[in-house]
Amino acid sequence: MSMKVTVRQVDSVTVVDVSGRITLGEGCTQLRELIREQIAKGNKKVLLNLADVTYIDSSGIGELVSAYTAVSNQSGQLKLLNLTKKVHDLLQITKLYTVFDIHNDEVKAISSFEKV
Amino acid sequence: MTSESSIVEVTLESDLKNVEAAEEIVRRVTATAGFDEESQQQVEMAVHESMINAIWHGNKNDASKIVWLRLEVFNDRLEVRVRDQGEGFDVTGIPDPRSQTNLLKVSGRGIFLIRTFVDEFRVEHHAGLGTEVTLVKRMEQARSLK
Repeated sequence: MSMKVTVRQVDSVTVVDVSGRITLGEGCTQLRELIREQIAKGNKKVLLNLADVTYIDSSGIGELVSAYTAVSNQSGQLKLLNLTKKVHDLLQITKLYTVFDIHNDEVKAISSFEKV
Repeated sequence: MTSESSIVEVTLESDLKNVEAAEEIVRRVTATAGFDEESQQQVEMAVHESMINAIWHGNKNDASKIVWLRLEVFNDRLEVRVRDQGEGFDVTGIPDPRSQTNLLKVSGRGIFLIRTFVDEFRVEHHAGLGTEVTLVKRMEQARSLK
């Protein structure tokens, strides 16, 4: 199963619903281009909803880091929502859990952007 | 307990699409061998990363080159070998991706994840033949004594 993304706007936050596999190749490229597009549009508050991500590999993790850095470099914020156990465990193992702002509730996640 | 083993061996083209084929084989073999779900996923991930390394880094995504995958199930462990036709790499020089200086790097986590998810990880390069990685995942004591 390849990766699919749906973008929706909730207040000033761009919510990206990601499903499928974030792996080397198509998945990573698609995510990179999407983040680039959002930055170009001036959308600097990005919430990646990973609830339906079935698989992520080391390249996919790298792509999340790349997205985080790209948005942060534009004085924006990228946060993660609804990690599956697999993704959660991988972020723990790689110590990236300390880097990302991670949420389990979309409403709370969106309001956390507003506080900035 | 016997010393018999069962072997699954496939040769795959260097195409990223074949990574999923390898994962499917690993899922079937580890489930049949009796690994618990977490161990199955760990082996699957380690093989996924090894296949990516073989296709992308070893064979440089050259579809005319092949990747050889071999899984051998023993009573107490699974041994997986992945061989490419590349120049090999030095595992001793790979930095820790969890250190502060490397934490925000985009790449460099593949070998770390393999090492995390299997009990043994070896790399051998044979001049003119390619690079072979061996992954060993041991079964839990209770399972291996059955």
